[in-house]
Amino acid sequence: MRTAVVQFPGTNCEHDVVEAVTALGGSAELVWHRDTDLSDFDGAILPGGFAHGDYLRTGAIARFSPVMTEVFRLADSGAPVLGICNGFQILCEAGLLPGALIANRDLAFICRLVEVEVADTDTVLTRTATVGQRIRIPLNSYEGNWVDPTRRGRVVLRYVDDPNGSQQQAAAVANDRGNVVGVMPHPERAIHDFLGSSDGNLLLEGFLHSLAPA
Amino acid sequence: MRVRIEITRRPEIADPQGTTIRRALADLGHEQVERVRVDRVIHLDIAGDDRSAIESQANEMCRQVLANPVLEDFSVEVLG
Amino acid sequence: MTQTVEPTHRQLGMTDSEFDSVVRILGREPRPAELAMYSVMWSEHCSYKSSRRHLGRFPTEAPWVVVGPGENAGVVDIGDGWLAALRIESHNHPSYVEPHQGAATGVGGILRDVFTMGARPIGLWDQIRFGPLDEPKNRYLFGGVVSGIADYGNAVGVPTVGGEIGFDPCYSGNPLVNVMCLGILKRDQLVLGTAGTPGTVAVLLGNSTGRDGIGGASVLASASFDNESREKRPSVQVGDPFEEKKLIEACLELYTKGLVVGVQDLGAAGLSCATSEPAGRAGVGMEVDLDAVHVREPEMTAPELLMSESQERMMAFVDAANVEQVLEVADKWEIDSAVIGVVRAGDTLTIRHKGEVVAEIPAASLADDAPLYDRPRARPSELDDVWATEPRLPDDLDLADAVLRLLDDPAIGSSAWVHEQYDHMLFLNTIVGPGADGSLLRVKGTNKGLAVSTDGNGRLCQLDPRRGGARLVFEAALNVAVIGAEPMALVDNLNFGNPEKPEVMWQFVESVAGISEACESLGVPVVGGNVSFYNETEGVDIYPTPVVGLLGLADPVPNEPPRIDRAEEGMEIWEIGPEPTASLAGSSAERIVLGTLTGRPTAPDPEVARQVIGLVRELAHTVPVLHDVSDGGLAVAIAEICIASEVGATIELGDPSLLFSEDPHRVVAVFEHGAVEPPGDIARRIGTVGGVALTLGDATIDIATATDAYREAIPRRMTS
Repeated sequence: MRTAVVQFPGTNCEHDVVEAVTALGGSAELVWHRDTDLSDFDGAILPGGFAHGDYLRTGAIARFSPVMTEVFRLADSGAPVLGICNGFQILCEAGLLPGALIANRDLAFICRLVEVEVADTDTVLTRTATVGQRIRIPLNSYEGNWVDPTRRGRVVLRYVDDPNGSQQQAAAVANDRGNVVGVMPHPERAIHDFLGSSDGNLLLEGFLHSLAPA
Repeated sequence: MRVRIEITRRPEIADPQGTTIRRALADLGHEQVERVRVDRVIHLDIAGDDRSAIESQANEMCRQVLANPVLEDFSVEVLG
Repeated sequence: MTQTVEPTHRQLGMTDSEFDSVVRILGREPRPAELAMYSVMWSEHCSYKSSRRHLGRFPTEAPWVVVGPGENAGVVDIGDGWLAALRIESHNHPSYVEPHQGAATGVGGILRDVFTMGARPIGLWDQIRFGPLDEPKNRYLFGGVVSGIADYGNAVGVPTVGGEIGFDPCYSGNPLVNVMCLGILKRDQLVLGTAGTPGTVAVLLGNSTGRDGIGGASVLASASFDNESREKRPSVQVGDPFEEKKLIEACLELYTKGLVVGVQDLGAAGLSCATSEPAGRAGVGMEVDLDAVHVREPEMTAPELLMSESQERMMAFVDAANVEQVLEVADKWEIDSAVIGVVRAGDTLTIRHKGEVVAEIPAASLADDAPLYDRPRARPSELDDVWATEPRLPDDLDLADAVLRLLDDPAIGSSAWVHEQYDHMLFLNTIVGPGADGSLLRVKGTNKGLAVSTDGNGRLCQLDPRRGGARLVFEAALNVAVIGAEPMALVDNLNFGNPEKPEVMWQFVESVAGISEACESLGVPVVGGNVSFYNETEGVDIYPTPVVGLLGLADPVPNEPPRIDRAEEGMEIWEIGPEPTASLAGSSAERIVLGTLTGRPTAPDPEVARQVIGLVRELAHTVPVLHDVSDGGLAVAIAEICIASEVGATIELGDPSLLFSEDPHRVVAVFEHGAVEPPGDIARRIGTVGGVALTLGDATIDIATATDAYREAIPRRMTS
């Protein structure tokens, strides 16, 4: 079971995601945004960072990268596709997730550990969690404020204390099938107690379990 | 009266955003685009009917706060 | 009125005698491009002409030093096949002209210094100082600098894991923005700034060249400021962290594949420096074709191309056989590249533009023959009076109120408003992050950790630059010791006023001596540094503000490094270190309560320093809380522990002067009764953790009130 970790120019959390997945016994490999064949992979993670410098709009340019054709195919096939932070923004721009991410309510970048509550466990990110469970993972974003005028999005994780104005206090959102999930805080940054929390492992384990045939 | 203010990056100042967008457009087949510059437009509704007073007031706002004179030029147009 | 036209060399900031030296070296009048190159390379910023003579005082050797001062960054061996590269640099003047871009390009520049060496940058530290936040202009500068650091550091993907913030009226017209970067590399990936041997090809990588910061090095960083500087400023450099991120990855791939002979970043003095320095170091000549340089603007002249400070550019020196592969790596990472020159035997740097030779000069002369000044020095005459006036707190001081006023000071209060705007977690290395005494980053795959503390204190150095300079080093050493690390190497950023004033030059030389003496006593080599002179506005100099960045090695990393939020009800509070005197000279309490700056700071004691540092480093493996006593003395150190741990404390000591004294070599330790037994000659129990208030003798401070003052110190000023 192999996970493609997609690297766009300007992505910067790709090595952390590979480390976190590997530490849990998973197999993850970097793929460059110009790659056009992900047939060897069972799922994909779009990591955080600043793809194309976040210029124009965050995710707007990355959404047209050649690799996205394969990300669409994986999503269509029901394979797990996870976007973290900037990856979440790209999935929204690509239309794989509803809504869009705009600047934080206080117009400042926020980097700190936040508490979130699991709202939905029928997704590839939360299948090993329980509804109402509270976990701590770090937020690290400027455009982390999710808005969804259609109100169609499934909220997967909610902030306990609203840090950025996100609609329904959403910290993670899924598509209808629950196989495509965008999460604003970084589970891969909470994998050791010495980093302040190891709660992110719960979410990444959910993702890895989803790679296995149902 | 409505005032339209256009704030543009001074031509000699680097514009990383424009450069990156031009590259992306070329990737999508729009190779004929030679230069991209990202500017800002601000609309103000200002009470009063003295066009020239409003224009000079808007210019003052640009110098004070709306534009960064180190990096940017601006132009003010009173739309009426 | 007749207009006299200044000769070109004076317009470029060069003196007549410097111009005569150029004529002597060349045996003829320089061409315009040549004059441009000498003017930037011989500027104060690039040549260190006023300071070089004194920088030799620093101890620079130790068995673990791999690269000392003189290269783009210092490099030390941390064992297990790993090296660490470190460097600090200032961007003071650019940050005054345009705070956001000035700070952003400062971050970009220091990163390039470190990844030029073959290292991946893993951490940034910022030392920033401004005038008081009650002035709108200072709020604008502070906010702009913080957002510039955040925008660049976050997007380029290097965590900002620590630093220090200071405020004083002396920085109102001249903020300080110093940035330090740490990188790590495998031993066999070290790259130096050498041009290699004849036949080696020079490849320019990264951004295109525009008219950014033409004359920046000489005009901005080497001259004083006045109200006209907004008019005569060169066009400001704009940072592009996205380009830099791609450049980092491309360069690291070139190093891994062994495709480069040497690398030099383009910073101050741009192409002038990136051609002449590597050629000079390698003892070779070079031919450069400026028509091959990829440009952003049309019609650039040769002097402009040679002086441009466009950001995010690197020069790689490559074997001819590897050029194709280098260009392919650049293409993969979507950065521009151009072959612009070739190394030749001899020592002549020949530069062509539009088919004509525009410069033909001895490559090494730009660096080696730079002027060297022994500027006059004079001890300030008022110093004896200043020393004789010991600051004294009023007898009727309301201690509780004074503590709250200190906690509400933006230099002492919580830095969360600043550091939560910075990504300080990327790479999963941050064991101890911003807001603590020092930062601790793990080295993956080993049991080791790299600790860094950056420290500056202009007030102490204004009163006594020698003692002040030394105390910075001892404080930094203690800050890395509280997280279990042994001091290993130091970089310094020497921010001073106008060196043409004898008093400033005296301060400079005294500070260098103080830093050197302290480093020698701890066995810590200085592996690099930066000098920033002309920090003055309207003729008023800043306080002498040397800043040190100390790297320490924790081997092994403590299982649970001490933190200030781990004090619990019933634990004992100990003070480790010498008994303080009641001296408040240069202290925060003197500044905030009295508003003065007088007296002579207590001298550091190297013997005691070594003893305390050694003891504290051992305690770091067993004790839950260790906190350096610095700004605000014991009172603030204990209040910070209480605030972070959400618990009160009772301290028997009630003498405000002893509670606020910032005498050196002291640490607060908190632990369960009997958990450790610190030696009695150097440690004493001073109180107990418990309750909901901090009691200092007869004074009582509610922790909730203290917390509010501390947390809101910066936000309440920035949102007013």
